[in-house]
Amino acid sequence: MREPIWLKRTLIFLAASFLFVMLIMPLLLVAKEALSKGVDFYFKALTDEFALKALYLTIEATISAVVLNTIFGLASAWLLTKFDFRGKTFLGSLIDLPFAISPVIAGLFFIMLFGRLSPLYPLLQEYDVAIVFAVPAIILATVFVTFPFITRELVPVMENQGRSEEEAAATMGANGWTIFRRVTLPNIKWALGYGIILCSARALGEFGAVSVVSGHIRGKTNTLPLHIEILYNEYNFTAAFAVASVLVFLAIIVLILRNLVERANKNPVEEEIPTDDKNSSELKAGVAHG
Amino acid sequence: MFGKSDVIPGRRLTLGITLTFVSLFLFIPLASFVLFASGMGLEKFFAAVTDWRNVHAYGVSFFCALAAGLINSLFGLIIAWVLVRYDFRGKKIMDALIDLPFALPTAVAGIALTTLYAQNGLLGKFFYSVGIESAFSPMGITIALIFVGIPFVARSVQPVLKELDPQLEEAANLFGAGNWTIFSKIIFPELLPPLLTGFALAFARGIGEYGSVVFIAGNMPYETEIAPLMIMTKLEQFDYQSAAAIAIVMMILSLSILLGIHGWQSRQLKRIGGVVGA
Repeated sequence: MREPIWLKRTLIFLAASFLFVMLIMPLLLVAKEALSKGVDFYFKALTDEFALKALYLTIEATISAVVLNTIFGLASAWLLTKFDFRGKTFLGSLIDLPFAISPVIAGLFFIMLFGRLSPLYPLLQEYDVAIVFAVPAIILATVFVTFPFITRELVPVMENQGRSEEEAAATMGANGWTIFRRVTLPNIKWALGYGIILCSARALGEFGAVSVVSGHIRGKTNTLPLHIEILYNEYNFTAAFAVASVLVFLAIIVLILRNLVERANKNPVEEEIPTDDKNSSELKAGVAHG
Repeated sequence: MFGKSDVIPGRRLTLGITLTFVSLFLFIPLASFVLFASGMGLEKFFAAVTDWRNVHAYGVSFFCALAAGLINSLFGLIIAWVLVRYDFRGKKIMDALIDLPFALPTAVAGIALTTLYAQNGLLGKFFYSVGIESAFSPMGITIALIFVGIPFVARSVQPVLKELDPQLEEAANLFGAGNWTIFSKIIFPELLPPLLTGFALAFARGIGEYGSVVFIAGNMPYETEIAPLMIMTKLEQFDYQSAAAIAIVMMILSLSILLGIHGWQSRQLKRIGGVVGA
């Protein structure tokens, strides 16, 4: 199919202007608004006591989600690709479930489980354990929304690799840990890295689920996205955009890392991962964002 | 699980870890929700589900997500086409940029879009001057949902377009088929399944989206309240039952969209597979 040059140019122009208006302009606006009261104000907004506390909590929740989901991702991907058992498809769909559930609803689950209508509530009260409207629920909600990320990155790659290398190693007497470290890990390291990047990006920015369970207590249960919301609703726009600019910066780093990982993944002559598998898992990963 | 000798070790260990995590983080929270919802009684459930303000909110979520999904289908197709078929400056940047909505926290997108499209915003100025309310209106909600949905269609069409066999087009060309015929008869049917997948994912995402929408929506009852916001409102009033009821409606909506497209597609794939796949 050879389309005329005018059509080509029109299509490129359409795509470029759409992305410029929808993606680049918001980014430029964040930078402009963040600096609208000068550099001093910008840094003051960033080093504000509550902004820093929100940053620490965000980091805490992100690290927890990444560590837990890495352990789970590796174990579940190993289980799903190295063994056959009944209910495998069901387990796979169950793990994907958070992709199809609105984050607000995910937050609601934890309110139902630990909140004041829960059968557990009297018990938690008695031992003075705060879960909802406190840090534990923020971590739980973050883990929930990022639950499938790493598994979904690993499964297609490990499926593609097959079992023969691990089987050979096992036959020669290698134990599980050695097989994992020496045989499996080198094959999946890029997928794992990419899964961790996606999981962190999502955990850093999670808003809906965390908003439901956090209780919005300044300096205690506010993550960075929630801190931005509070500043914005107080008409403290410049400070809101200043904090937002940090997250924009992190998002751009995520995009760059993503590209580096993808390139590193393509260069070696090793077996290539079918692109549509990768894409579909990443697409699913986006479904329940928010 | 029993009596089967695996060559590869680790079945018990990975099964144990997986089931523990799935139970703790997925199954128990989900079950507690189901338990709670099933205990609330049908009368209360239907009263909450059919409350007019809630019904209006599902409608806003549904139609704005639909509109955003359709717009993203059109532009996603154009973007994928341009990226796969043409060479131009800035192509790599464009390719990387598409994923920005996955990487950028939704609250950031929300406040940026609101400021852009509000009455005194850079783009809002233009819209308001011609009498279009581009923020705090259904249009504002749709704009936010377009933002979050941009990657879905482009990213699902792209790999399929890349894999398309150029010989089919050449053959058609030899037989004298024009560009439009080639596109509509040969290329488009191949792109339809990924296009629909992308659309369904964007649509389902739009229905559940909260962070980017809540700032630009304006949140006026019977006008610009979205379904996830109604859940938040009910929770703030400690009306957990209504919140659960709305959540159930939303889950049914988005699951039926995803499953519907999935079912259509597996039937379609079988059909196409019979013709082209050989």
